[in-house]
Amino acid sequence: MVEIISAGFGGQGVLTAGLILAKIAINNGKNVTWIPSYGSEMRGGTANCNVKIDDQEIASPFVKNIDVLIAMNAPSVEKFENMIKPDGLLIVNSSMVKGKKYRDDIRIVKVPANDIAREVNNPKGLNITVLGAFAKATGIFDKDSFIEGIDGFFASKGIVNPANRLCFEKGYDLLDN
Amino acid sequence: MEYVLMKGNEALAEAAIRAGCRFFSGYPITPQSEILEYLSWRMDEVEGEFIQTESELAGINMLLGASAAGARVITSSSGPGFSLLQEGISYLVAADLPAVIVDVMRYGNGLGDIGQSQGDYWQLTRGGGHGDYRVIVLAPASVQENADLTYLAFDLSEKYRHPVLIASDAAIGQMVEKVVLPEMQEHDIDKFNWSIKGCKKGEEQRKITNLLYYMGNYDSFLIDKYKSMEGNEQRWESIYLEDAEVVLVSYGISSRVCKEAVKVARKQGIKLGLIRPITLWPFPIEAFKELSDKCKALMTVEMNILGQMVDDVVLAVNNAYPVYKYTTVKDVPETEIVIEKVKKIILDEEV
Amino acid sequence: MKIKAPESISFAETSFCPGCGHGIVARLIGEVMEEMGLTEKLLTVVDVACASLNIDTWRFDTIMAAHGRPIATAIGVKKVRKDNPVLAYLGDGAAYSIGIAETMYGALRNDNVVAIVINNGVFGMTGGQMAPTTLEGQKTSTSIKGRDISKTGKPFDVVKVLGDLDVAYLARSSVSNATDIKKTKKYIRKAFEKHMNNEGYCLVEILSPCPTNLGMKPVRCAERVDKVVADYYKTGEYIDKEGIQ
Repeated sequence: MVEIISAGFGGQGVLTAGLILAKIAINNGKNVTWIPSYGSEMRGGTANCNVKIDDQEIASPFVKNIDVLIAMNAPSVEKFENMIKPDGLLIVNSSMVKGKKYRDDIRIVKVPANDIAREVNNPKGLNITVLGAFAKATGIFDKDSFIEGIDGFFASKGIVNPANRLCFEKGYDLLDN
Repeated sequence: MEYVLMKGNEALAEAAIRAGCRFFSGYPITPQSEILEYLSWRMDEVEGEFIQTESELAGINMLLGASAAGARVITSSSGPGFSLLQEGISYLVAADLPAVIVDVMRYGNGLGDIGQSQGDYWQLTRGGGHGDYRVIVLAPASVQENADLTYLAFDLSEKYRHPVLIASDAAIGQMVEKVVLPEMQEHDIDKFNWSIKGCKKGEEQRKITNLLYYMGNYDSFLIDKYKSMEGNEQRWESIYLEDAEVVLVSYGISSRVCKEAVKVARKQGIKLGLIRPITLWPFPIEAFKELSDKCKALMTVEMNILGQMVDDVVLAVNNAYPVYKYTTVKDVPETEIVIEKVKKIILDEEV
Repeated sequence: MKIKAPESISFAETSFCPGCGHGIVARLIGEVMEEMGLTEKLLTVVDVACASLNIDTWRFDTIMAAHGRPIATAIGVKKVRKDNPVLAYLGDGAAYSIGIAETMYGALRNDNVVAIVINNGVFGMTGGQMAPTTLEGQKTSTSIKGRDISKTGKPFDVVKVLGDLDVAYLARSSVSNATDIKKTKKYIRKAFEKHMNNEGYCLVEILSPCPTNLGMKPVRCAERVDKVVADYYKTGEYIDKEGIQ
């Protein structure tokens, strides 16, 4: 079981990032649940979704112990860092979260997502940049199935945006082999 | 099989379309609004009717008209909005009309809150509106069941000419899972003789009203109708009843946690079993006949503080076993707490 | 004497009180349907109050809807049975009190149904309580000293409320004398013509005597409608729009 929370401001694509992960997971024959925070929790502009991926049937869709936290802004780090399992992974948008001291029993991957997205002239692609780093850091599915999943997700919405691929690659290449 | 990823509410709405439902009238309320949103464009695609009404009252009464005219119809609501449907549900029952009505349960009395809950159990299973009736209540525990049970609900409501309720909740409704959607079927609005269509010369006039007014054998009609639903429509899933010392009873979102608890407990050598009612009414009393002589106790696990399902379990086992409860308000029950309580039950400690 | 009536009239024993207007309206609807060749097609939705008695008076396929909801229910019927004429038949308590939201929204959406509202100034079935249409000073079982408009507001006038909306047809008539009965029939026919032409919402309010609840002899009660009620609720056609064909 892999338990993920993807959190950030509304408009940073955190719910979409979770949905894309869900899509990649079922393409790989896994069971998956995705559930968004909504309603009063969403006021103030923060949003998050809980994603669980497993070979087994999944019980509750709500994540209690996080394997991977995608934190696109500082409030998301504040809210969820303590829920990360020891040796868990925090992927943080370092364009927006700076000068912060993190737990030392977890792995930190800093992704300057806004900067990269701006660089390739794809300002909405910061979530895809983060998914690049996610793919490399977790190795949960192979790189191609991420690329297929991302393209497939947007294609199903009638969107073709080659710059997404650039974002993904740049995020992926941030991490050393 | 082709899987798609869908939100529970949307899978439910799509399953209604595929069951031949071409009429929705209702009012927005969280956490069921995706059902309206989805059907608002999907009904257009299939040349059905979608009406966002001025209130739930107008919605349920429009629905009654469309049902009387022979269409497959659906509406949905939650919490306070669902309470407003109750009068109309009583009228649908009185007039022997089919309809599928969804309650995406949210927590609390009054306005309550929009989070998941199983607090409408009594309202759904006891009738809820005025009068002397019960309706079939189907309780999905996954996005797949949201689709499958909604699809089934239309057949059942026509079979018995009776409303069928779907007891979903905010978690099942908001959750995305993979789902295999049912086949598209067509519904013919002229297939019933009883539906209003215009009274031809020499034909008997069709009166859609309380059966009480015109039916000579109304008592026995009702007795037979409810007996037949109770006899034919009990649905459940059971796990490890053959040797379980403690049996959990749980439906919907809570039952998913219980299933996991059974797995974890078994690994620890605890003989735990589960009965998951799929119909909340008729309550699956047949399931409890499978309990073995090793069974010591049962425990309901549900998201309401009063333990609303306990009464039904007590009646189903006819007081042969103690019945405990693990109830929560806004959070989904937890596997660890289920197991902790089960251990106490086995040790005869206070739960 | 041979009684001639439209085929849609059942000749079942009627429960309407002597001097009540409901029966006259039922007959007019039957005549209009016969003349328009719609007898075998009309679908009706009646309210649970006195209006409900028509379920036995006529032979049309009929729904008895919840109190105040016949217009909503009729809209549901029409959406499914688009080729059939659909009539909502209800009283003033249903249309203007408990069902005012449904009456308004049917009009706001210009839903294609015919609504016939019987205005007799009281809640008839429940024994003559004050209705939205009870006149100022009129005594009822819940206004025993006469309707006090400083507390209840003025009598409800559908023309003032719906008069500016984009509906196909809005008219008021009366069944308290022979001339007005003929005019009522004309209005009902026009409403159904527009309805069959898919022009939208057609509401005809019909002033009707209720001798039982007003404690009056039928003839006196009809005269009161002519002289007193029709003086406040002026009859005539108020909206008559060319609709979308």
